[in-house]
Amino acid sequence: MSKKVNVLVLRAAGINCDEEVMHCWKLVGASPKLVHVNQLTEHPELLDEMSIITIPGGFSYGDDIGAGQILAQRLLLSVAEPMRAFVARGGGVLGICNGFQVLVKMGLLPGGDAGRDQVTVTYNDSARFEARWVKLEVCTDKCPFLLPGTFLEMPVEHAEGRVVTASDETAKQLLAEGRVAVRYVDESGGYESYPQNPNGSTLGIAGLCDDTGRVFGLMPHPDRHIAHTNHPQWTRRACNGSPDGITVFENAVRFWGAQASILT
Amino acid sequence: MPENNLELQRFWHVQVLPRSAKLDGHGRDVLADIRHVGLEHIEGVRSSKLYLFDGRLSEQHVTMLAERLLADPVAETFVCRRGLSSREGESDAIEVQRLPGVMNPVAMSVMEASLAILEKDAPDATIAQVQTARRYEITGARSADELEQIAGSVLANSCIETWYVHGHGRCDDIPGEFPIPPTRPFELRSVAIRSLDDDGLTKLSREGHLFLSLEEMQTIQAYYSKLERDPTDLELETLAQTWSEHCVHKTLKAAIDYTGADFGTGGDVNVRFDNLLKETIVHATQTLDRDWCLSVFVDNAGIIALDDEYAVAFKVETHNHPSAIEPYGGAATGIGGCIRDIMGCGLGAKPIASTDIFCVASPDFDADRLPEGVLHPRRVLKGVVGGVRDYGNRMGIPTVNGAIHFDDRYLGNPLVFCGSVGLLPRNRIEKKSYPGDYVVVVGGRTGRDGIHGATFSSAELTDTHADEFSHAVQIGNAVEEKKVLDAMLIARDHQSGCLYSSVTDCGAGGLSSAVGEMAEMLGADIELEKVPLKYAGLRYDEIWISEAQERMVFSVPPTNLDAFLAVFAAEEVEATVIGRFTDDRQLCVKYQGNVVAQLDMGFLHDGLPKTVRTATWQPPEKPEPQALACADVRSLGSLPFADRLLAELSELNTASKEWVIRQYDHEVQGRSVIKPLAGPCSGPSDAAVIRPRYDRDTGVAVGCGLCLEWSDRDPYWMAILGVDEALRNVICVGADPERTAILDNFCWPKVDSPESLGALVRACKGATDAAIAFGLPFISGKDSLNNEFAMSEAESARTGLPRQIAIPNTLLISAMSVVRDVSRCVSMDLKSRGSVLVVASAPVTEVGLEKAMAHHRKVSELVTSGKVLAAHDVSDGGLAVAVAEMCIASNLGVSLDVSSDAYSHDLFADVPTTYVLEMSREDAKSSGFPVIGEVTEDSKLTMSLNGGQTSDVGVDELAKAWRTPLANGGWRS
Repeated sequence: MSKKVNVLVLRAAGINCDEEVMHCWKLVGASPKLVHVNQLTEHPELLDEMSIITIPGGFSYGDDIGAGQILAQRLLLSVAEPMRAFVARGGGVLGICNGFQVLVKMGLLPGGDAGRDQVTVTYNDSARFEARWVKLEVCTDKCPFLLPGTFLEMPVEHAEGRVVTASDETAKQLLAEGRVAVRYVDESGGYESYPQNPNGSTLGIAGLCDDTGRVFGLMPHPDRHIAHTNHPQWTRRACNGSPDGITVFENAVRFWGAQASILT
Repeated sequence: MPENNLELQRFWHVQVLPRSAKLDGHGRDVLADIRHVGLEHIEGVRSSKLYLFDGRLSEQHVTMLAERLLADPVAETFVCRRGLSSREGESDAIEVQRLPGVMNPVAMSVMEASLAILEKDAPDATIAQVQTARRYEITGARSADELEQIAGSVLANSCIETWYVHGHGRCDDIPGEFPIPPTRPFELRSVAIRSLDDDGLTKLSREGHLFLSLEEMQTIQAYYSKLERDPTDLELETLAQTWSEHCVHKTLKAAIDYTGADFGTGGDVNVRFDNLLKETIVHATQTLDRDWCLSVFVDNAGIIALDDEYAVAFKVETHNHPSAIEPYGGAATGIGGCIRDIMGCGLGAKPIASTDIFCVASPDFDADRLPEGVLHPRRVLKGVVGGVRDYGNRMGIPTVNGAIHFDDRYLGNPLVFCGSVGLLPRNRIEKKSYPGDYVVVVGGRTGRDGIHGATFSSAELTDTHADEFSHAVQIGNAVEEKKVLDAMLIARDHQSGCLYSSVTDCGAGGLSSAVGEMAEMLGADIELEKVPLKYAGLRYDEIWISEAQERMVFSVPPTNLDAFLAVFAAEEVEATVIGRFTDDRQLCVKYQGNVVAQLDMGFLHDGLPKTVRTATWQPPEKPEPQALACADVRSLGSLPFADRLLAELSELNTASKEWVIRQYDHEVQGRSVIKPLAGPCSGPSDAAVIRPRYDRDTGVAVGCGLCLEWSDRDPYWMAILGVDEALRNVICVGADPERTAILDNFCWPKVDSPESLGALVRACKGATDAAIAFGLPFISGKDSLNNEFAMSEAESARTGLPRQIAIPNTLLISAMSVVRDVSRCVSMDLKSRGSVLVVASAPVTEVGLEKAMAHHRKVSELVTSGKVLAAHDVSDGGLAVAVAEMCIASNLGVSLDVSSDAYSHDLFADVPTTYVLEMSREDAKSSGFPVIGEVTEDSKLTMSLNGGQTSDVGVDELAKAWRTPLANGGWRS
C-alpha cells in the first residue's frame, strides 16, 4: 500500500483556483496543505515533507506586468534554490494556467538548456481572453502526471496562453526530447487550427515538462473537469471512469505514493 | 560598465515593445477599432507599454528591472531612457497616461515588485513613484486632427486619461515630472443653509451635487434652524448620501395615490399605497412565507437555504451612469460592487457565480448622429464586456448567465446589471454590532476617486456629465478585492469563532453610507485622519464620501481585535481602526481632533420627509412604434418561412452572444453543470446551473427574464411576463419551482410625472401578482431611476433626436433555484434522432396566473422526471426560433408539422408560458402535449406548411445567420 502523498498548494494574492485544486488532491487521497507564499518564503523547510508542489491558476498579483511575472519574481528572489533542490531530490511540481505561466517565467519550464530566453507564454493570438473546452494529446512518456498516448478533455480560460519559442528549432527540439507534455489537437489530428488551438501556440503546445518529467505545467485546467457534470456534453453521453481532469491527480498520487520515502 | 551607467538619476522610463508585429495582438485590435470609426485608410498600429519611474536609479538598475520584471525575454524588447518622455523616431505617435489621482493598480504592482528586486540586489537605489502609460505608433494618418480623433474615440477616455499627440506638426509636451497633489490646510466649512430662500436651496442642491428635492432641503433647513446652527459640509453630504434615491429608494417607499387602469381585470381603480414597496414586492414575500427564505430585504443580499448546513445569497445591482461615461471602469466596478455586496452579506459569503445583463443601443447606430457627450454603443458594449470580464475573471468567479438587449433608447443611458451569487454557512447569517466594537476599514486605500457616485446616480445624465462627474468614475482593482475576500473568510472561519460581529461593504456613499448604516441603531465616533489614503491632500469630506473601491467595514469586538488584525496582515491586506461604535445614536466624525460632523441617527435615518405622490396610467390607444426603436427591428411578416426564420435569427436580440460569453471565465471554481453555451455547437442555454458544494449533488440554477416588448404596452404585463420568463428559464434546466426565489431590478426614466410613476406602480403590482401566483418570493431588489439623457437644442436639431431620451421602462427579474440533483439537469440541445418535439403552451396572458402556474409545474415535473431529453423556452422569435436554436446547438435536423390545433399562435411570436420539449415518442404521448415535429437524420429544419407545401433550410445556414451579427462584438464589415 502506498503512503499518503503530501502536497503543498501555493496561495498568493490573485491565485483563485486553490479551493478546487485542494478538492482534487483530497478526492484522490493525497494530503494537501494550503500555504501562502509568504509562509513558504519564511519557512522553505515546509518543502521537506512534501512530495508535490502545486501552483494553481488565477491572476497572481493581477498579472499586472505579464502573466505570472510578479509571482515568478517573488519566488525566484526567495525560494528558487529550495525549489530546485526539491525537484532534484524527486519532488514533483504541477503548475496550472497561471501556475504554468509562473513556472515558465521562473525558468523551471522547460528547464535545462532552454532558459528564460527560449520559451515564454504570452498574449493569445486573438488578443483577448477566451474560454472553451479543448482536447489534449499526451505526447510524452516521461511525465508522471500523464499516461502516454491518451487524450484528455478540459477547458482553457486565459488571455495569455500562447506558448512562443525563440525559434522553430527550439520548439522542435522540445518535442523531440519529450518536453512537450500535451498539445491541443483537433478532430483530424492537427495541432494548430483555431479554435481547437485556442491561442495560437507554436506546434499546439498546451503544456510542458522538464527533462525529469516531474515538473509539469499546462494552460488548460484539469481542476475544472473533476465531475462528469463538468463536461460540456455530459447531458448527451455516457460517463465512465474518472473525469479526465481527476486522472492527472490520480496519476501523480500513484507515482509519488509508490516512491517509498525518497523525500523524507 | 561605463561610469554613467551607474550614475543615479531621478526620472526614467522603460518602453516595452512586442518583438514582432505577429506578437502585437493589442495593436491589431486597436487598428480594427480605428478602422471601424471610419478611418479605414490607417495602415498600421504598433503598441508599446511605458513604465515611468521617479526615484534614484542608475541605468544599470533600470535595465535590471526591465530584463527581470518588465519585458518578456522571448516575446518583447525594451528600451530604457532618461526622463519621463521621449520623442525618438519620426513616426506619428500617441501616448496615453492616466490622469493624476486616477487609480492605477498596475503601477502599484510594478512599484512593489521593483522595490523587492532592488532591496535584494541594489540597496542603493530607491523608487518614490511609478506610473504606466501606453504608446501607439500610427502609420497612415493624414493629419493631426485624425490622430486626435483616434486618441479620443478609440485609445483613451478623457474622464480618466490624458493623451499626447506627436506628428503632422503637432508635438504635445509630456510633463517632465509627476504632478504633485495639492495639499490643503484643515478648514472647517459650514453651509449657511438657514438664510437661504427656496431658490437658494434648489441651487445649493444642484450645484453642490446633493440632488435633493426642495422639500428635503427645507426639512434639513428646518432641522438646523431648530438646532440654531448651520450644518457642516460633511453633515450635509452625509444627509444627501443617506437620503439619495440610490441609497434609500424613496420613490418606491413613498405613499402613492394611483388612479387608472385596473391590474389585469379591466376598468379603472383608485388605490392608495402607504409604502409602495412594502405593499407590493415585500408583501408577496410575506404572503408566501417560505421557511427556506433565510434573510430577505434586510441585508446586502437575499439569502435562501441550500441544504441543512449552507445557504446561498443572491444580489443584482445596476451601475448605469458610471458605465455611460466610462464603460470599462463603470462595469468593472459594477460587478466589483455587487460581489462586495455578497461578501458583506451575513458575516460574509463566498461569491461563486456572477451574472450580467446589458441594455444598449444598436451597434449599427449612425456615428454621425451621435449626440455630444455620448459614447458610441459599440464602444459602450465592448467596454462593459471588458469590464465585467476583467473583474470577474481576476476575482476567480465564473460569469454564468446573462443577456443583452438592444434598443436605441438606451443610447445615452445604457443599463448594466451585475449579479452575484454567494455561498455561506447557515450559522454565519446573523450579524450585529455592539457598542464598544471597533470600526475597522479594510482593503484598498481611499482616494479622490468616486466622489458623489450615489448622488450622481440619482440624477439624469446630460452632455456635460462626462466632465462634471468624471470624479464619480471609479477604477477597480480585482486582486485587492480577492485579497480582502481571502482574509475575510479566514477571519470568518477562525478556529476561535468569527473574529468580527458585523460587516458591510463600502459602496455608494463610501464610509458615509457604510458606517452610517452599521451604526444606525448604535452611534459611532470616527476619526477620519486614521483612514489610509492613496495620496496626501484629501479634504476631510472627500475622505468621508469617497467611493474608492475594494473597501469593507468591519465591526470588531475588542477581545478579537489583535487576532483580526493579524489575519489581515498575514494576507497583506491593510486593516485600520478608524473609530468605535457607541450607544448614544450620535454619529460623531472628527478630523485631527476637530468635530466635523455631529449627526443624530434618528434624523439621519428617519428624518426624510414622507411624500404623497399621485400616479396614473392608461393603456396607450394603440401601441405605436417608438421613434427610437432599435434599427434592427424590421417588418419581416411578408417573407417566406425560411427567409423569415433566417432574418429572425439575425435579430440582434436573438443572435448568438458567444463573442461575449467566451470572454468570461464560466468554469472557474470547477462548479459548472449547465453552461451558458449548450451542445456540441454552442446553442443558447436557458439558464445556468452550478454545484455549490463539491461533495454534494445539490445545484443552484440562475436565470433571468426581461420583457421589453411589453414595456410600452403595459408595465403590469411586462412584469408578469418577466417573472414568467425567468421561471421558464430555470424550469428548462431542471430547477424546482417550489424552491425558486426571485429578484427585482427596476430601471426607470424620471418618475416626476404621474404617468411615469403610474407605470412603476403597475410594474410593482404585476411583479407582485405573478410572484404570489407562481409561489416565487422576492428576496432582494434594487431600483435605479432617472435613467434619461438630455441634450441641447442644437444637438437635438443636428442629430434629429429628441432633446430628452428616456429609456424604456425596464424591469429585470432574476431567478435563483435550488436543484435537488444536478445529474438530472437538462440542456437545450437536441439529443437523438427519432425522438419528437412537443409544444407545451398555456400563455398566462390567455389562461391567467393560476392555470399558468399549474402548467409550469407540470412541465417542471416532466423535466425532472428524466423524460425530457431537451427543453427550451419560447421567447424572442417565437416557436420557430426556439426550434432552430435547438437544431443549431446539436447540428441535428427537425421536421416540423405544426397544426393549428396543436399551436394556434404565429410561429414567430414570443408566446409566454410556452416550452418546446424533446421526448421519446412514447413519453410524448403520455405527456398529453401535442407533437409538432420529429428529430431527423439530416441537418435540415423542414417545415410543413398548411396545404402540404414544405420549406426547408440547412442547420448550417441557420447557424450562420444566428452567429454572424455579433460575431465580433457587433462589428459588421
